[in-house]
Amino acid sequence: MSVGYPILSTLIWLPIVAGVIVLFAGRNNPALARWLSLITAIVTFLLSLPLWFEFDRTTAAMQFVERFDWIPAYKIQYFLGVDGLSMPLVLLTTFTQVLVIASAWEVIKERVEQYMGAFLIMQGLMTGVFVALDAVLFYVFWEALLIPMFIVIGKWGGPRRVYATLKFFLYTFFGSVFMLVSFLYMYYQAGSFSILDFHNLPLGMTAQVLIFLAFFIAFAVKIPMFPVHTWLPDAHVEAPTAGSVVLAAIMLKMGGYGFVRFSLPITPDASHMLDWLVIVLSLIAIVYIGFVALVQHDMKKLVAYSSISHMGFVTLGMFVLYDIVESTGGLKGAQLGLEGAMVQMISHGFISGAMFLGIGVLYDRLHTREISAYGGVVNVMPWFGFFAVLFAMGNVGLPGTSGFVGEFMVILSSFMANPWYGILAAFTLIIGAAYTLWMIKRVIFGDIRNQEVARMQDLNKREFAIMTALAVAVVALGVYPYPLMDVMHVSVEHLIQQAMTSKL
Amino acid sequence: MTFEIPNLSLALPEIVLLTLTSLLLVADTFWSRTCRDCTYWATQITLLIVGWLVFSDFATQTQVTFDGSFVRDTLSDVLKLFIVVVSIGIFLFSREYLLQHKAYHGEFFVLGLFGVLGMFVMVSAYNLITLYLGLEIMSLALYAMIAMQRHSDRASEAAMKYFVLGALATGMMLYGMSMLYGATGTLELTGIAQKLASGEVDNTVLAFALVFIVIGLAFKLGAVPFHMWVPDVYHGAPTAMTLYLASAPKIAAFAMLYRLLWDGLQLALPDWQGMLVILAALSMVVGSVVAIAQTNLKRMLAYSGIGHVGFVLMGVAAGDAEGFASAMFYIVVYAITSVAAFGLMISLARAGMEFEEIDDYRGLNDRNPWLALMMLFVMFSMAGVPPFIGFFVKVAVIEAAVNAGLVWLAVLAVVMAVVSAFYYLRVVKVMYFDKPAETSRLEPISTQLGLAVSLSASVLLLFGLFPGWIMELCYRSLGLSVVA
Repeated sequence: MSVGYPILSTLIWLPIVAGVIVLFAGRNNPALARWLSLITAIVTFLLSLPLWFEFDRTTAAMQFVERFDWIPAYKIQYFLGVDGLSMPLVLLTTFTQVLVIASAWEVIKERVEQYMGAFLIMQGLMTGVFVALDAVLFYVFWEALLIPMFIVIGKWGGPRRVYATLKFFLYTFFGSVFMLVSFLYMYYQAGSFSILDFHNLPLGMTAQVLIFLAFFIAFAVKIPMFPVHTWLPDAHVEAPTAGSVVLAAIMLKMGGYGFVRFSLPITPDASHMLDWLVIVLSLIAIVYIGFVALVQHDMKKLVAYSSISHMGFVTLGMFVLYDIVESTGGLKGAQLGLEGAMVQMISHGFISGAMFLGIGVLYDRLHTREISAYGGVVNVMPWFGFFAVLFAMGNVGLPGTSGFVGEFMVILSSFMANPWYGILAAFTLIIGAAYTLWMIKRVIFGDIRNQEVARMQDLNKREFAIMTALAVAVVALGVYPYPLMDVMHVSVEHLIQQAMTSKL
Repeated sequence: MTFEIPNLSLALPEIVLLTLTSLLLVADTFWSRTCRDCTYWATQITLLIVGWLVFSDFATQTQVTFDGSFVRDTLSDVLKLFIVVVSIGIFLFSREYLLQHKAYHGEFFVLGLFGVLGMFVMVSAYNLITLYLGLEIMSLALYAMIAMQRHSDRASEAAMKYFVLGALATGMMLYGMSMLYGATGTLELTGIAQKLASGEVDNTVLAFALVFIVIGLAFKLGAVPFHMWVPDVYHGAPTAMTLYLASAPKIAAFAMLYRLLWDGLQLALPDWQGMLVILAALSMVVGSVVAIAQTNLKRMLAYSGIGHVGFVLMGVAAGDAEGFASAMFYIVVYAITSVAAFGLMISLARAGMEFEEIDDYRGLNDRNPWLALMMLFVMFSMAGVPPFIGFFVKVAVIEAAVNAGLVWLAVLAVVMAVVSAFYYLRVVKVMYFDKPAETSRLEPISTQLGLAVSLSASVLLLFGLFPGWIMELCYRSLGLSVVA
């Protein structure tokens, strides 16, 4: 598959180069920085569309491949490509980025060029994470991403931003260094850093377990899973709106992507042996973190905890496959679980992004995220109320929204594995509804709480456009998820094949 | 007995350097009143000439002269070129510092050149005497340079400490060398290697010799537990000297490490490997943990330097040519990074505002965003965060350790890399997130200085994006072939 230009490189480097230009050209000229960034984001999004239309849905092989030598001494290559697992995530990145840039339009007043530049550079690096097929290249993008995010949270964040950003950086840095050691070990074994070679590399059980655990630390921190989730609420609360959106909508997905790209195919036997660990932690995240979300009085924190709970579905859907195969003897359920997990990732990208943008809208008006400061917002902001309720329904997993599709598939598949998993996972539908709707009730409905709320303005055109775009995505994916599943179907089949083939 | 005239052409760079430096020493006494900058420019030109001499006759095979005491091979030439490049940077920033502090003396540059000569000799040494000679030429120049600010108590103390401990270290090493001579009956590194291969060496004496030699090396490199002098000397010495100490001599010290342990004592690998593993582990831990408590940037960089030496020693401890190649890659990049770090410190320093304390960097992003960005490059590169070159050097040494089966050491190394990330991040935090104590914009720095700072810091990013060639260079110089 190919289009007229090296599409993956373009998607990585165009935003990075534009980001650097914005850093320089936008100094003392915020308007230029804003427009240049928005145009870049839109152009990048348009340029990413061929990935969807030209994608060959009949093969699990890598597509749009670009491959050059980068560091011959270590056989490190500049090796890019996408399959059905990564392509939707790339599109999610380019789509979200447009909204992120637009959301910061009037809000950020201090050092606009550095803010916009950081986000554009981040976009390129995030795309790089999803398309890199060389382990070192992957690691470079994965880690480099921390630098702009560190600056964004630390510079434009809330009162405890320095604590939050240091915690964020050190947590994720610590998580990923072990992954680097396993990459080096596998390079020593395989003689190359290509991820595809790692997939075919035979590994003994001890090595697999150690590598699995190293990956697990890296990805569990990023997703984040209980009990290494504590950085996320801090980072989310302190980050500026756009930072939260990027964090929730895209960066968390890297952990999930890591599991399907590295853990399952590279260490299938260890994954089988230790799948209980992931399942138990996922269920704890789904149930326990759901309850934690219930008692939050800061809106952002509530959504942050809800993110952790929802990402629990993703990891659950990915790792129930061994139990399903054992209890049903077929691969059908496993397919359902993994596809559900992937759909849940995309859907959560839209919904959590929308929730954080919504909170951003409120925050821009009243400069507080306390639930108790609001009440009766719908009376003064009817359009905002409409969108807020729609996204809340998505977060709850109401049929017809994208939230339903992924959760339903994962719950269904976990019932096949073990009815208890299914029952516990289904719990979230109740808890999720409880915390989301209770927040909506307190913030949106009821009587107008005070004078400040009474003076709030409804969405302006820019905010309206952002919300509409996300609403369309949430509903479209909810009503007709088939195209998305079609894209990933073959790749998921291939992945299950890999995960079920012993490497011993 | 016949007297052969040795092949002088192999040592041409050293001969020219010695001649020009001696001329400069004399000339400086005449120039010092009329033309202050002449010595500086003459120094830079000398370095360029010497660099060109090395480059134009680049050695692709090993040639030995002076009766087996002087070697010219790819490794020596590559290291010499790096020393020249780093030294040009050092002198450029030093001049600025000396002008700022009204301590401009031509002798500084002349002594600096003698130091470079010492390093050249160390790099090309092929027997114990030459090695010792090179080490002493370099060290004596350094002692004198630190002590040049003789009215400053701090600098004198630093010079004294460096001198006493340096002399002790040299003594240890000399003692070790004498025992090695006793055990093998020869001073030549190749002779020692042959003798070891023949298996006629008394192992007890050899072990003692090794212990003393390794202690001497560890002292010079500043590896734990022989690191006590490093923070005090880095802190006490004028920044221009710290810059010198922290960069070029490290490259020469690597050469010494390689000549002694690999060219000479390769067969004693099982004996020295264990010692180096311990030194590496301790250095990484102490360097990373203690640096957290520092509030002075120079002290912090001193401890971080100790940590970096730990990483270098880890590469060496891998005990194969690839390990040495990764260690060389690390030390060369570390030298360049040091130049950038201390160069930035010098560029920011103003009369009355030294920019030595970490707190001085408060809000630098608001006062001079470009220099803040350059400092950010340096910090993230030292922390080993991609895409900066500091990441790739860490990968290289860790890979060497994993390859040699030292997985636990590799794990310790990455954990310590995370610990050290904390204090590098703190500098970034101070620059970017804190409000400046004084809101005034910094007065702009001169174009020449700005260019030099920008170049030295942005190569960290550029090399990080294209690390292939420099890795290859290090591999080639150790005789490893690179298969694409």
